[in-house]
Amino acid sequence: MTETVTYKKKDFVSDQEVRWCPGCGDYAILSSIQLAMTKVGKKKEDIVFVSGIGCSSRFPYYMDTYGMHTIHGRAPAFATGLKIHNPNLEVWQITGDGDGLSIGGNHLIHALRRNIDINIILFNNEIYGLTKGQYSPSSQYGLVTKSTPYGSVDRPFNVASLALGAGTTFFARTIDTDPKHMMAVFAEASKHKGTSIVEVLQNCVIFNDKVHDLYTNKDTRDDHTVRLEHGKPMIFGKEKNKGLRLNGFKPEVVTIGENGISESDLLIHDENDEFLAHLLGNLKGEGLPVPLGVVKRMATPTYEMDIENQNAAVVEKKGQGDMTALLNSGETWVVS
Amino acid sequence: MSNERTSVVIRFSGDSGDGMQLTGTQFSNTSAVMGNDISTFPDFPAEIRAPQGTIAGVSGFQVHIGATEINTPGDEPDVLVAMNPAALKANLYSIRKGGTVILNIDAFTALNFKKCGYEEDPRTTGELENYQVVEAKITSQTLEALSSFDLDNKAKGRCKNFYALGMTYFMFGRELEPTIKWVEKKFAKKAILAEANIAALKAGRNFAETLEAIVSTYVAPAKIRPGKYRQINGNVATAWGFIQAAEAANLKLFLGSYPITPASDILHELSKHKNFGVKTFQAEDEIAAICSSLGASFGGALGITTSSGPGIALKGEAMGLAVMYELPLVVINVQRGGPSTGLPTKTEQADLNQALFGRNGECPMIVVAASRPSDCFEMAFEASRLSLEHMTPVVLLTDGYIANGAEPWLIPDLKKKFNKIDNKLIDKVDGDFLAYQRDNNLVRSWAIPGVAGLEHRVGGIEKEDGTGNVSYDPENHQKMVNIRAEKVAKAAENIPLQNIEGDKSGDTLVVSWGGTYGSTHTAVEELRKEGHNVSLMHLKYINPMPSNVKDILKNFKNIVVAELNMGQLKDFMNAKFKCNAIGINQVKGLPFKVSELKKRILEFSNTETFKQISETREVGTQLEGRQ
Repeated sequence: MTETVTYKKKDFVSDQEVRWCPGCGDYAILSSIQLAMTKVGKKKEDIVFVSGIGCSSRFPYYMDTYGMHTIHGRAPAFATGLKIHNPNLEVWQITGDGDGLSIGGNHLIHALRRNIDINIILFNNEIYGLTKGQYSPSSQYGLVTKSTPYGSVDRPFNVASLALGAGTTFFARTIDTDPKHMMAVFAEASKHKGTSIVEVLQNCVIFNDKVHDLYTNKDTRDDHTVRLEHGKPMIFGKEKNKGLRLNGFKPEVVTIGENGISESDLLIHDENDEFLAHLLGNLKGEGLPVPLGVVKRMATPTYEMDIENQNAAVVEKKGQGDMTALLNSGETWVVS
Repeated sequence: MSNERTSVVIRFSGDSGDGMQLTGTQFSNTSAVMGNDISTFPDFPAEIRAPQGTIAGVSGFQVHIGATEINTPGDEPDVLVAMNPAALKANLYSIRKGGTVILNIDAFTALNFKKCGYEEDPRTTGELENYQVVEAKITSQTLEALSSFDLDNKAKGRCKNFYALGMTYFMFGRELEPTIKWVEKKFAKKAILAEANIAALKAGRNFAETLEAIVSTYVAPAKIRPGKYRQINGNVATAWGFIQAAEAANLKLFLGSYPITPASDILHELSKHKNFGVKTFQAEDEIAAICSSLGASFGGALGITTSSGPGIALKGEAMGLAVMYELPLVVINVQRGGPSTGLPTKTEQADLNQALFGRNGECPMIVVAASRPSDCFEMAFEASRLSLEHMTPVVLLTDGYIANGAEPWLIPDLKKKFNKIDNKLIDKVDGDFLAYQRDNNLVRSWAIPGVAGLEHRVGGIEKEDGTGNVSYDPENHQKMVNIRAEKVAKAAENIPLQNIEGDKSGDTLVVSWGGTYGSTHTAVEELRKEGHNVSLMHLKYINPMPSNVKDILKNFKNIVVAELNMGQLKDFMNAKFKCNAIGINQVKGLPFKVSELKKRILEFSNTETFKQISETREVGTQLEGRQ
């Protein structure tokens, strides 16, 4: 139906000057998405970027596609209405931890449970940037910010658990220092039919610098992240000799070659396993690595197609609507 | 023997589980089919099933039938059907002295008296002495009539509303046939229930016939405009008006909505009509509801959202965004009593200020209001037309009274009316595409996703004139604020001129708007027949107003604005036209009574009194200085 169009990255670069702080992680994400767009196989005019309010939400202005910069937290609702009206569109929603998890938390979980075919990219820098440095719903307990000078007593959301709990059919995590990984993950999100949510661990160079240092720093990252690959054992570490295995219901880190451990003892990643997804979503702390890549991918009918099918079924049953017939339906009488 | 009357008002009242809405609807439908003009007023509690037998649980349905034109559900019922003591207690004050009160005496028990606060049996205290009391054992007689039916007593008892209906059918010479047909259709799959209800209906009718206390009254068919009629209530008319608007504009209709009383029925109605290509989306909240609609509008749909006051409060920010985007969107407010949760099932017009001003920044919206149940079709169409032709959001105000009220409607010929709306969609441009380039009416074009070469971004940050790029330039902001205001003002050239009922100049002009039309029209008409120099200007287009309103006002000495709020349109008009209007205001959750309105209009029609009031009233003078 669609003829192949070949795009270059520059086809998706708008004429607007990008106004993020120098060194912001958003630049790398923007570039990766522009590259990913050359690979999704959609015509440019069929792509729409929708955002709320916040630093990340300036994103649509920088994409040379259709775009809506909306209001704080509500982008999922705009994206939902747009996609229901025109299921042919490729709809991307850009949000952050403040926009998506705080003021827009309600809309996010409902988009996820409905499984409407949109792609949500959540830039998680664990801070409010545009309002100049207040703690967010993903900020760590105790974080000192402008609005928590004595430390935050809020407990953070775990984005993965929240999304999985809301019933998302696709969850992935990536990181702003790895453009190749980002691009691959965005392409997978686009491929998925249904709501895809991608958490991007993103650095705010001004208000929360190095918040993800453990996962980005060359010295520590390999020992603290695990790259998930469907059907492959969960191996990580600088020496590629660490692995994850289950001890009862608890995941633990083991070393291959020690105590008789071999690759065959390790957890094998399965994107279609709901239970494994929840386990991986909770993987954090106690020396456990943070998973990067596609955590969950589950084929499920999409919301907008259910609507299309239902409407078509009603037309089939009742025939195309005719207003004159409707006006004259039921009890009528003639006055002469 | 039967005597003939030109009109009768009857009120059915009982527990909210007693089926009074259905009983009233049947009476209305039958009367309409028999050629009467009618107007109905359902009045139900906010609680779905409040404790049985209490005042809080009383549900009522009032219907006014006439041999002449009927424009209101009537001030004072001539007949009250009270299914229990609470229904009597809640309604007796409103019944015409000398009217008939039908009591279900099976429910007149000590326990039920206590539940609704009667210390003694009201039949023994003399408080009913001004009324014709008809005592009927409605519950037990229904059970008796159904004794041979293989149904339990609970199911039999549920038929008692049809027994009561049967009594009123005799009283007013109604035919049983339309209701029998309806029951047979309704219970097509449960024939025994159909038979039971029909048996109860007939038993009630026969019982009334044997009673000497009841004199059968006949209300002849009304002399109304020839044509084919149907009954319609305001919410259904609203829903259908939008379907027709979408057809006329060759667009798909998208409704994003969140359930709220009294607007939910529009969502229910539109959900039924998916074969018109209508898409309905029940969102997670009011905000998501409007945002989804605006998202759909961006995609090229006729996006609409339905709600009531509290929900509109939540939608404010998105309404502002629609003003900034300059996209079509219709926001429907079926007004109810406020503030806050207020009186969810009662009517009021107190959200006019909210519609006109309830947003941050300089944020003008077109505001229109429907005047009666059937007019909701026309005004839903008009709201859509203005929104699509001017690329700006529109507020449509209705209210709980006309939303739930029903009346006969001369079915419009869609070949002649309601068949063309110009949308602003484009699929190409000559030269460079500028998303915010405008035509002579300051209206921009509508380029939607899927159209190659017109990719652009919309946003809530101030835009540069023409390009739509983000702009913080001071001069540009002033310019854009002016443009958006002027664009809305220019819609005045695209609406009908205001008409006047009565003389075009004179002593007193009554001004009203929206759902009060039935009351104000009837009051003014009766006053004129009685020889008073009073005219009516009923507004349906409130912002912008028709261009001749200013001149109309100059032709009258006294301007009196009647509205179900504390003076919102009056303030608006005084600020706009410095017309020194005074108000007739009421916020009781109920429509105006014609008698009350007439009294107050007359009070103000005396120029001396008017002068005094308008000079001494603080609000009247305070407003002079406003711009």
